[in-house]
Amino acid sequence: MSEQALSHLKVIELCSFVCGPYCAKLLADLGAEVIKIEPPGVGDGSRRRGPFLNDIPNPERSGLFLYLNTNKSGITLNIKTSTGRDILRELIKQTDIFVEDNPPKVMKELGLTYQELKKINPRLVMTSITPFGQTGPYRDYKAHEMNLYHAGGEGYLLPIQSPNLTREPVKAGGIVGDCICGLSAAIATLAAAYNMKETSVGQHIDVSKQDVLQTMVLLEVAMFANMGIVRNRLQRPLLMPTPMRCQDGYIMISALTNREWQDLTKFMGNPAWAADEKFKVWITRHTNGDEINPHIREWVKQFRKDELFQQLQEKALAAAPVNTSEDLVNSAQMESRGFFAEVEHPKAGKLKYPTVPYKFSGTPSKMERPAPQLGQHNELVYCGRLGYDKEEMVKLKESGII
Amino acid sequence: MRRAALEGVRIADFCWLWAGAYATGLLAFLGAEVIKIESMARADPSRMMTLTIGQAFEGMDHSPVFNSINLNKLSVKLNLKQHKGVELAKKIIQISDVVTQNMRPGAMDKMGLGYETLREVKPDIIMLSSSSFGAEGPLRRYGGYAPSFAAYSGLTHLTGYSDGPPNPMTGSTDLMSAATSAFAVLAALNHRQHTGQGQHIDLSSVESLAVFTGDALMDYTMNGRVRSRRGNQDDIMAPHNCYRCRGDDKWVSIAVSTEAEWQAFCQVMGNPDWTRDEKFSDAYGRWKYQEELDRLVTEWTVNYTHYEVTGMLQKVGVAAMPSFSNQEIFSDPHFKERKLAVEVEHPTMGKQVVLGSPWKLSETPAKVTKASPTMGENDEYVFGELLGMPSSEIKQLMDEQVIH
Repeated sequence: MSEQALSHLKVIELCSFVCGPYCAKLLADLGAEVIKIEPPGVGDGSRRRGPFLNDIPNPERSGLFLYLNTNKSGITLNIKTSTGRDILRELIKQTDIFVEDNPPKVMKELGLTYQELKKINPRLVMTSITPFGQTGPYRDYKAHEMNLYHAGGEGYLLPIQSPNLTREPVKAGGIVGDCICGLSAAIATLAAAYNMKETSVGQHIDVSKQDVLQTMVLLEVAMFANMGIVRNRLQRPLLMPTPMRCQDGYIMISALTNREWQDLTKFMGNPAWAADEKFKVWITRHTNGDEINPHIREWVKQFRKDELFQQLQEKALAAAPVNTSEDLVNSAQMESRGFFAEVEHPKAGKLKYPTVPYKFSGTPSKMERPAPQLGQHNELVYCGRLGYDKEEMVKLKESGII
Repeated sequence: MRRAALEGVRIADFCWLWAGAYATGLLAFLGAEVIKIESMARADPSRMMTLTIGQAFEGMDHSPVFNSINLNKLSVKLNLKQHKGVELAKKIIQISDVVTQNMRPGAMDKMGLGYETLREVKPDIIMLSSSSFGAEGPLRRYGGYAPSFAAYSGLTHLTGYSDGPPNPMTGSTDLMSAATSAFAVLAALNHRQHTGQGQHIDLSSVESLAVFTGDALMDYTMNGRVRSRRGNQDDIMAPHNCYRCRGDDKWVSIAVSTEAEWQAFCQVMGNPDWTRDEKFSDAYGRWKYQEELDRLVTEWTVNYTHYEVTGMLQKVGVAAMPSFSNQEIFSDPHFKERKLAVEVEHPTMGKQVVLGSPWKLSETPAKVTKASPTMGENDEYVFGELLGMPSSEIKQLMDEQVIH
């Protein structure tokens, strides 16, 4: 196997559901050796969340789990037992990075705080991902992705351009909130790993998902502090702020600069309304966007979304169809870049997975290994790495530790 | 003892706009020395205006928006339309570890600053090229801003009410793509540290958001199902929504995930009669009849502030949080204690409040060390001190509008 970007890094993951597993997946997909620890019997909670292959619930066929755990090895270990924690410490002694997402209280009760673990591995980079961080009045609060999206401040602003405030604010679609927090944690983790390799000194990284999500709307937040502007999701008179309906779906068009505006109106055949003086300058064009938008909305209706997308882009105008997952999977661009790859899994079969959003010229990411089955690598890790013999493994299993 | 995780890492930064600027901004929090290479002839638009609120700023150095996403950086003015400007850029690259850029694919090559050329200048250079669709593929020449790459990625389709149009979110999608860039650069830096090898990274902003919709993509590739938007709703949890509270446009988000939480939730509400309705007696029923359930829950929440509901529910282990406005964030006690907001002194704007890095590193804290640079603020340091050019030569190049 040829070298990948992070092949030299060893990672232990003690996480469940989306955020922590996504953080470790980012490292695994670039070659890091990730050992994922799951509770015996039940495994990661995401195994029990859909989508399931053919809509038949099965812990080895959850699309969510399969996606979030590619390229990892998986072991089972009950860290609520004393022997289980001893084994975990053995693993942590040998690792570079430990990613965990347990409540601060729980890690303290289990004696697995960074203060304890750095005694056995001073080079350890330990990343703790929690809803509100290790400090502050909310540190023990419970929160799911939706709660955090709202506590983070972007939820309150969505959907942007709401006609009134009668309906509830919403979070962004799918699992994006958890994924961005996992990504952000991975940034700090790699920076700390870099520092550790320079100095042989590890450290603890406290990642609060609420903090991460607040930084994703930092411009909005700073706008209040510096300009006194309070923001909500109400409609504002901006130029083409939301997608417009075509014959077969929606298209998003942005014409921000004067060049873009001129090219767009020229493409539209220089309609008379566009000659208005106040549309000539970008700022009055943007503050009077609501006078322009109905004209464009009407004009867009005659096109199919992909047809208009191609035509506008040929004029160097920023536009894109509002794609569904079906559109994206069938996109020639994605196909050509190999963004989707087929991975064979013993229980789920051969499926198409989204891969990674970057192409490394020297060390391309490889989508070779499917997510581990529950406890799949127990023998490899316990016997191979930690030196237990098979008889001991049976005892560990019988006593519910692995 | 090193003060910062990326101390000693220098980045020649040709990025602009939000997705580019915040990528190197994140690396600057971690201690990288980021030299923003810009020019009066090609200024970052966020220095001059914000489309978010449709406001123009005076000159090049009065934008709180630019300031927020370019903290800790240095700036040189370098006119890349001139041959001498390109040569000077190469000199900066020669003493850098990383080059970052987010122009349209091909633009850097056209200026004579493509990866193959830069590799000759600095054999172990790491170069990040971020673009809407990526540098390869039939759409490589196509461009876009965050709303268009979010649309193409599939994220826009998934955001909004189930009976409403798709919604492109706020500028957060730019910053999400930026985070992906920062991660990719760090992976390449770790690899170079281990092997001595640099490389080129071709990053697609469309793909950087598409990976966040992995569950929806898998549902399609596994089951042929095309998912759509559905507000705050969850696959299995209910209640799972924002509920109106006392006050003007105040909302609390509540998520109930287990039977025990449901019981605790009912108790906090004072066990109203409707909670004993057969159809709400199990998780499936609550999910199936969630619209009716949401109406009933609202009858309770409207009597309290979002903080009161949050407090009552968290006390019994039910996930609840206010949906915060940008104003409320600043007065929230947890936000204050986490010290995410810090004040910096900007040379022309004076005191500015900015958000720092979202991570707390115990040994090498990620810090805000200075405000964003004014245009060309560090010409003297970079050309004089780092490149060792005499001040007469710098002045000459300024007159020739090379350093411009």
